[in-house]
Amino acid sequence: MRKNTSIVIISVIIIALGMLTYFLNKPIVNNLNLGLDLRGGLHVVLEAQESAGQKITADTIQKSVGILRTRVDKLGVSEPIIYPQGDKRVVVELAGVKDPEQAVDIIKSTAQLEFWDQNGKVLVTGKHLKDAKASVNQGGQGAEVNIEFDKEGTRMFAEATQANVGKPIAIVIDKKVVSAPTVEDVITGGTARITGNFTAKEAEDLAVLLRSGALPVSLKIMEKRTVGPTLGSDSLDKSVKAGLVGLIAVLIFMLGYYRLPGLIADISMVLYSILVLGTMALFGSVLTLPGIAAFALSIGMAVDANVIIYERVKEELRMGKTLKAAIEAGFNRAFWTIFDSNLTTLISAVVLMYFGTGPIKGFAVTLSIGIVASMLVALTFTRYLLALTADITKNNKLYGV
Amino acid sequence: MRLIENRKYFYIFSSILIIAGLISMFVQGFNLGIDFEGGSLLRYKMDASITQAEVRSTVEDLGIVKEANIQKSGEEFFIRTTELDQDQTRKVTNALEEKFKNVTYLSAESVGATIGSELTRNAILSVLVAMALMLVYISFRFEWTFGLAAVFALFHDILIVLGLFSIFQWQIDSAFIAAILTVIGYSINDTIVIFDRVRENLRMKKKDDTATLLNKSIMQTLNRSINTVLTSLLPLITLFVFGGSTIKIFVLALLVGFIFGCYSSICVASPIYYEIKQRA
Repeated sequence: MRKNTSIVIISVIIIALGMLTYFLNKPIVNNLNLGLDLRGGLHVVLEAQESAGQKITADTIQKSVGILRTRVDKLGVSEPIIYPQGDKRVVVELAGVKDPEQAVDIIKSTAQLEFWDQNGKVLVTGKHLKDAKASVNQGGQGAEVNIEFDKEGTRMFAEATQANVGKPIAIVIDKKVVSAPTVEDVITGGTARITGNFTAKEAEDLAVLLRSGALPVSLKIMEKRTVGPTLGSDSLDKSVKAGLVGLIAVLIFMLGYYRLPGLIADISMVLYSILVLGTMALFGSVLTLPGIAAFALSIGMAVDANVIIYERVKEELRMGKTLKAAIEAGFNRAFWTIFDSNLTTLISAVVLMYFGTGPIKGFAVTLSIGIVASMLVALTFTRYLLALTADITKNNKLYGV
Repeated sequence: MRLIENRKYFYIFSSILIIAGLISMFVQGFNLGIDFEGGSLLRYKMDASITQAEVRSTVEDLGIVKEANIQKSGEEFFIRTTELDQDQTRKVTNALEEKFKNVTYLSAESVGATIGSELTRNAILSVLVAMALMLVYISFRFEWTFGLAAVFALFHDILIVLGLFSIFQWQIDSAFIAAILTVIGYSINDTIVIFDRVRENLRMKKKDDTATLLNKSIMQTLNRSINTVLTSLLPLITLFVFGGSTIKIFVLALLVGFIFGCYSSICVASPIYYEIKQRA
């Protein structure tokens, strides 16, 4: 009687797992937060450069973060990560960017707009800009940026043009002259055109920069890592395939060497995978390329818990215990061994999480989740399944003894 | 199997490896990546028939850098130089696209000297912290003689991995440090399983001498040790062969570390424990 119930329960569990895998497959995969090394993107550490007469304060950094956020927003990146680091640095991390190198250019640019007279004296600055829009030049030659000043700026600009009729006024961006048209009339309307042989994209980028405002300090790139979408998807593809092949090899090995308990281990691995990937998708943990390696590795370690238990059970069986007793004894004795060994690997992972950045941190997070999950699964689910199979068959051969 | 009695063979084998590694470290040092030395690393996908020399001359002709180090793996080209800023990086990309047509930018990394030294400091610190925590933990769960032997085996593993990386000049970057830390965790893990059995046997069979006891313990846990390293190696091997060039060296460090971690747990940790026990 117990045998039949057990068979039914195991069948139900297998079917349930199958269905779980089938239904959770898409949601998990779609919600996994892929790192920039798998999606393409950038990771930049910027440091504010002190200039004459300008100290860098927390306010300066906060302002910079705000401006960067506006710029990044225009790039259309979902979930940008921008935060200050220490008292002089800002970290920007964007994933899913099509042209990361160009994104870095936009982020780093100080975007300081100035109008100079021909002696180099500053007449108006971008501080008084109200709006900037890119548009196609009427003459059909390239694109331009149309800017609009606020009230104060309009007044200053009118003064500037009046004082310089017939003379050139230089439009300067980040201390580089972009164009220097000659003033024909006094401009009181507060609008102007910036032309400079821009492509449509360059004009659009410039408009974004001007609209978001100039950075209060110039930022120097201390560390930059960009990954193009080609490499990103290529890495994802290759590592997932390789990981799957490795996993299947492990599953086959367990089945071949440990037979029935091996099958239990394999079934447990399915639950384990769902648990780990599901947790990561749920908490939005970033899955990086090394993280995929961590996941594959942790499957090996999860299986290890099973190996420890099974070797123990085999020993108990050889000593003459009944199957049930052997399984019970095997688990009890194995618990502390599993705990000790997993804990040390966990210590390593936590240290790595603390000291690591980017992809390495992703590795550590995935490994940690994997270790905890493997202990949980081995000590509850696997134990239960193994006890069930003891009801089904007393054939020791099936346990590899 | 008389492992303890034959321990001198293991000592000789390990010593040869470690000494060879040390000599290499002294003579040619390490192939440090830009994470620790600073600089720029650009990766492009180009026609596989293009030679490294052609790429090098294209880059060096730009006059931006004195020299460029080019590596090639099939269609992937790795260009390593001193630190390049955004403009310079773009110039290199443009020059390559002009000269070789079909060029796909894959990735670009630039690390300044300041960050480079910070990463180096953090790397060393993290390894020391991890090892200290391991020692504390083992001393807590086992007696100090075990702890000492386990940490000794750990140093053994790290030295061998470092030695091999120096001999073959495989590149060392932040990912390598992550691999070392994982190997540390795994190696201790492995050693603990064996020592756990030794401790259990010590409690039960009081009449066996230490050597016999150790041999028995190792043989009893041998299946588990081998199977565990096997199940960890299988996915690592497939990742190494099929996984793409970005993590190749990282996985290699893990592979080497795990193999020697297993070896040291079986053939080095217990003999050392034996030596300590004899003298304590």
